[in-house]
Amino acid sequence: MADTQALTDLGEYIASALMDEVTETSVANQQLTVWVTRPSIVKVLSFLRDDQNCHFRLLMDITAIDHPERQERFEVVYSLLSLKHNQRVRVKLPAGEETPVDSVTEVYSNAGWCEREVWDLYGVFFANHPDLRRILTDYGFEGHPLRKDFPLTGFVEVRYDEDEKRVVYEPVKLTQEFRNFDFMSPWEGMLHLPGDEKAEGHGEENEG
Amino acid sequence: MGVNPSLAREGGPQALQPGGRDVADLDKSKLLDNLGHELQDKGFLVAQLDKLSAWARSGSMWPMTFGLACCAIEMMHAGASRYDLDRFGSVFMASPRQADVMIVAGTVCNKMAPALRKVYDQMAEPRYVISMGSCANGGGYYHYSYSVVRGCDRIIPVDIYVPGCPPTAEALLYGVLQLQKKIRREGQLDRTMA
Repeated sequence: MADTQALTDLGEYIASALMDEVTETSVANQQLTVWVTRPSIVKVLSFLRDDQNCHFRLLMDITAIDHPERQERFEVVYSLLSLKHNQRVRVKLPAGEETPVDSVTEVYSNAGWCEREVWDLYGVFFANHPDLRRILTDYGFEGHPLRKDFPLTGFVEVRYDEDEKRVVYEPVKLTQEFRNFDFMSPWEGMLHLPGDEKAEGHGEENEG
Repeated sequence: MGVNPSLAREGGPQALQPGGRDVADLDKSKLLDNLGHELQDKGFLVAQLDKLSAWARSGSMWPMTFGLACCAIEMMHAGASRYDLDRFGSVFMASPRQADVMIVAGTVCNKMAPALRKVYDQMAEPRYVISMGSCANGGGYYHYSYSVVRGCDRIIPVDIYVPGCPPTAEALLYGVLQLQKKIRREGQLDRTMA
């Protein structure tokens, strides 16, 4: 369990060293998060990697969060680990569909695949990436499946065509629609049980 | 198992001739006795070629390992010492050219579908397919996913479906035995004509 005070101190140190780049720091659930501006990500990660008090030499992952209601809908998240200080930090920055984020492959060589994954699943564009292709989804896949506006069942499905002797793509045809089962217990969640309307004439005290 | 001479003679040599009673109907001791008589009398045996080939096929089904997900772990259990598929003549083959049966063990995603078909096409006839687990049977948990094939029978013809998520090693073993039974029942020399 990381020491909260040490994390707070580290956050203040990073914020003071990168006055213009860091917009906010916070410690929640013994985890330090640093918000930075989008153009500064290469500088911030270089600092976090090389500074004697940080030494975050490992990039664990790059991921993103989709907030469709925001102007810049994505939050790109970088998770770093310092083996020397046994500490982790999470670096976040906002990004939109049209706003490229600078690639950090120059800072962490493993960022290449992580950024390809974020590009594939969210459609966040990374500038100066040496080989920005899809990495997980099918060849020729269209769309970015982890966006909130991407339908669960997608747009195409595959089957083997006996005449063409190959696997063909077709629009999705579902024999049964996806059903969202509500597993809420009737004893805890349901306020109006089926049949309650008959008793409503006698008293309202069970409702609420 | 005791041998009853009167019973053995009753069936007679015609039990093994074409058009005679089905060999499977006789019990084992009777069958062996008959074989002994046949060999001693004539010095050769007569059997139906398609039955013989079906028997030989069902006794050495080499599965193509197509492990895709957690079902593959159960498939390994079925192959390991406790359930030991080897005693049914099934030895896992890493090459489709030498395999007779393909066990599709796990989720088939869209990207894997052409590869699955290609491996199936590379297998020599007669070839059989066991679909193992809910995902391979019909998409299972991922039925509504944008990236998963809703059943591997959309890509390749399936002989045996093994239900479960994942099926136990015993269930897979039962599936293999069912396939053996199916092969013996079909008894076709050329399976493509069936």
